[in-house]
Amino acid sequence: MAAKTLTIDGTLVSAREGESILEAAREAGITIPTLCHLDGLSEVGACRLCLVELTGSRRLQPACLTPVAEGMEVRTSTERLREHRRAIVELLFAERGHVCAVCVASGACELQDLAARLGVTHVRYDYLAPACTVDISHPRFGIDHHRCVLCTRCVRACDEVEGVHTWDVAGRGTAARVITDLHVPWGQATSCTSCGKCLHACPTGAIFQRGSSVAELKRDPGVIALVVAARKERW
Amino acid sequence: MTAPKLRLATVWLGGCSGCHMSLLDLDEWLIELAARVELVFSPIADTKRFPESVDLALVEGAIANEEHLALITLVRRRSRVLLSLGDCAVTGNVTALRNPLGTAASILQQIYVDHGDPRGHVPTGSAIVPALLDRVLPVHAVVPVDCFLPGCPPPAPRIRAVLEALLAGEPPPATPEMIRFG
Repeated sequence: MAAKTLTIDGTLVSAREGESILEAAREAGITIPTLCHLDGLSEVGACRLCLVELTGSRRLQPACLTPVAEGMEVRTSTERLREHRRAIVELLFAERGHVCAVCVASGACELQDLAARLGVTHVRYDYLAPACTVDISHPRFGIDHHRCVLCTRCVRACDEVEGVHTWDVAGRGTAARVITDLHVPWGQATSCTSCGKCLHACPTGAIFQRGSSVAELKRDPGVIALVVAARKERW
Repeated sequence: MTAPKLRLATVWLGGCSGCHMSLLDLDEWLIELAARVELVFSPIADTKRFPESVDLALVEGAIANEEHLALITLVRRRSRVLLSLGDCAVTGNVTALRNPLGTAASILQQIYVDHGDPRGHVPTGSAIVPALLDRVLPVHAVVPVDCFLPGCPPPAPRIRAVLEALLAGEPPPATPEMIRFG
């Protein structure tokens, strides 16, 4: 496989052909913020947090879905990008009901961490404050749609790793919701194996273990990549 | 001649007073603070009227009723620097959990009548309790805010870091450790 040489934030980086900018940056120790990306899952480019600037292109490109190319010049942290990222995180906070003070995932939440890292001290947009449902029909897990950011990590973990596809997305725009089976309560979704991979994949407190209280949620997102890697070694 | 003391106000709007408790958690540093500021208005002081020419106002709580709305307008007009202190002031937080439930009238109906046990009635006719606003708002949705300190409550060391910067006439630190909702 041919090596590609590119520049990321002024640093010369060599990467394997077919690698994404995100992977190349990581290997070079350059952190690009992500939310819908999870090691072990396919990329969807949904959250737009990893947008980067490329010399010669007016459009911003998602680092997770853009393959490296010879001579590419990438900028990952310009003021324009930082402002876009802050706006994205603020819009996520404004769209649903993210109340860290009463959330199981407080202290273990990627949205909360992103706000801190990106300098989001407050939300400049009006909160939509929608009335969302909470589904606790499953005996082990629950989903609080107030906290869902529609990253689809649960959908991909269930489909690609567990091989079941209990989760999917229904509706459009602000009415979009992750659903189980054909939009039945989770407890009635007969395809669900109760494996808990969606729980580990969820970046916020949307999918939680029943019985966990504020800031009690323990989760290991690395377990998804571990399962994927282990299978590759075996088969 | 010693420098004039900074005129400090602390305001308690729609919040649980946890942010003020966190302020009191500054323990002995409060003695140092007292030497440098004059506390001109606070729920823990006796003054009932918000004074003129305040240098720094720390505002806890969201804008949830008509009294909050009137007070925050006055606070903004009379304060040089306004700090939103804690998640209720910054985001609406727990105080704003009622927003998805509808208007003030609908919420009072739901709480006092529909879920009342025994069934009550919606309180009316009294001017003792300020009327609820239809929607709980963060402070910056009503008046301009100069700095934000999230947290529920913000821990005392973070409040101290912000106060020390503001007392020195510098912008408050904006490191990730200073920004933590919840």
